Amino acid sequence: MTWTIALLVASALAFGLKLLGHLVPVAWLEHPLMVRTADLVTVGLLAGMVASQTFTTGTRVDVDARMAALAVAAVLFWRRVPFVIVVIAAAAVAAGLRALGWS
Amino acid sequence: MGKAAARRQGISIGIAAGAYGISFGALAVTAGLHVWQACVLSLLMFTSASEFTFIGVMAAGGSPVAAVATSTLVGVRHASYGALLAPFLRPLRGWRLFLAAQVTLDESAAAGLARHHHKSGRAGFWAAGISVYVTWNIATLAGALAGAQIGHPSAWGLDAAAPAAFLGLLWTHLEKTGAKVAAVVAVGATLALTPVLPAGTAMLVAALVAVLAGEAVRR
Repeated sequence: MTWTIALLVASALAFGLKLLGHLVPVAWLEHPLMVRTADLVTVGLLAGMVASQTFTTGTRVDVDARMAALAVAAVLFWRRVPFVIVVIAAAAVAAGLRALGWS
Repeated sequence: MGKAAARRQGISIGIAAGAYGISFGALAVTAGLHVWQACVLSLLMFTSASEFTFIGVMAAGGSPVAAVATSTLVGVRHASYGALLAPFLRPLRGWRLFLAAQVTLDESAAAGLARHHHKSGRAGFWAAGISVYVTWNIATLAGALAGAQIGHPSAWGLDAAAPAAFLGLLWTHLEKTGAKVAAVVAVGATLALTPVLPAGTAMLVAALVAVLAGEAVRR
């Protein structure tokens, strides 16, 4: 397999996985268990995304400037600061800490 | 929150996440892909974690077959997003179905699912999906052309922007006790499982564990 073929095959498989979810029959989605747990799945996925993007690098668990940025973001969200400003502030905190030498 | 606000939020997530594509483009060329191959990967595969995995295997001297297998495994969680987004997005027919599938990834799923109303959920999904697609692909090209000369985007704190955005989306869902428990369990399980599971799959397993915990508390 050449690398060009590999990237085309991998892209096709990635698309297939994405499409699969959109084709799940409505009857499955209306199952009481699915309806009851949908909000919890959302919370679980969002919290999992926050954790993996803040504390992991590949398959390694890391503590770095992203943690401080997330802590600042949490305080700002709690103070009801607008979304866009919080996101920019989080990036600025991480950039600032790295400029000062903390990875 | 209304449709316009959901759209604004989706676009800001899209730009924050998309800009990170600069590092993908630079690393892809460093790993040995041509500029056009890096661009095709972003245009077609369009899943940051799978793309980084693909070039990671390549850079480590792995085989093309290994790159396909690992990047596909990393993308398995995407199969759940379309089903979860169904109440917001369906009915989807023709080209819209294929476009929705192509822009289904962490950022657009988060922006859509975070909404309590169907119309704003749909607006959030499309705004984030399309804006990530546009910025991610432009950034990939820019990064691939600049190659190794470019500084790492983490120096600009771009890697901290996405988790902050996801935290903001999570924030409005934490009123009930079951949800709070699920969030804490999901964080703990993600960190515990990340070192032992293939890259990109810990989050999905953690979400399932979190649902069980949230259900247990609710009873």
